[in-house]
Amino acid sequence: MSKIILLTGSSKGIGKYLVEHFLDSGHIVIGCSRGESAIINDNYTHFTLDVTSEKDVISMVRGVKKVHGRIDVLINNAGVASMNHLITTPSATAKKVMDINFFGTFLLIREVSKVMMKQKYGRIVNFTTVASAFRLEGEAIYAASKAAVENLTQTTSNELAIFGITVNAIGPAPVETDLIKAVPKNKINALLERQAIKRFGSFEDVKNVIEFYMDDKSDFITGQIIYLGGVYK
Amino acid sequence: MKLKEKIEKLIVEAVLELNKDIKKSELHSPNKETKLYGGNATLDSLSLVGLIVDVEERISDELDMDIVLADERAMSRTSSPFRTVETLANYIEELINKD
Repeated sequence: MSKIILLTGSSKGIGKYLVEHFLDSGHIVIGCSRGESAIINDNYTHFTLDVTSEKDVISMVRGVKKVHGRIDVLINNAGVASMNHLITTPSATAKKVMDINFFGTFLLIREVSKVMMKQKYGRIVNFTTVASAFRLEGEAIYAASKAAVENLTQTTSNELAIFGITVNAIGPAPVETDLIKAVPKNKINALLERQAIKRFGSFEDVKNVIEFYMDDKSDFITGQIIYLGGVYK
Repeated sequence: MKLKEKIEKLIVEAVLELNKDIKKSELHSPNKETKLYGGNATLDSLSLVGLIVDVEERISDELDMDIVLADERAMSRTSSPFRTVETLANYIEELINKD
């Protein structure tokens, strides 16, 4: 059955791949990113916005509600990474990473869950990272922002369960996207060695977990964090 | 109708809608003095959340204004803007005028 899916960070990488996959599967997709989208499809609507702008997020979510009447799935994919030693991390970078990764996720959950509460149904999927589970040196701020997302995922799963809304997170292993293009090869290889299954993640791996969370049969699955590649805390 | 009266009307409609679910005798005929939250008022925090979501949507649909009823004092039993229909209407009017 066709679902109304709102996905952030939809213009490139995993986000773009997921939009194209959901459109191919017959769903209606609303995406947003700071830039324009190259996706042209009758079932796709794109908003150019910054997920940290409360005003813009509210306007988008209420606009989607007015046009489609409901939002079944929210995928909080928008995010930025920062690789740096703590000592050489500018405070402005730390604030920006927290803003986009944590505050943006909070805003989207808050506004979309208002729509989902009324329909007594919703699936929210957040993005974390194996860097959080590994306490990965060189990614202190990025990992901390995603640890905040994990805690938010689990606490909001408690608060929203009564409304039929599930909130879960996926923590991809390194996937070859823009996010890791600046990371030295030896660092990535060392990271892959720490996984039980020592390979890069793929877009298909990420899609598989998201579709599991989205499935109507997953209504008893909430507050869960799934890391890819055999990583655990 | 003045803005304040329109807001109070929207809140009363939202309270009546909410009361279809929670069925509280104190909320059968709400008016501006009706107690909502805090002290010996009727709503628990979960019902308050439902009311807030409905009022925000009505303001957006009927007044074409996007406001957020989030406030540090929301869950306070003494200074919450959600104490009565009237305090809530005052609070919403303040938010609208601030924009």
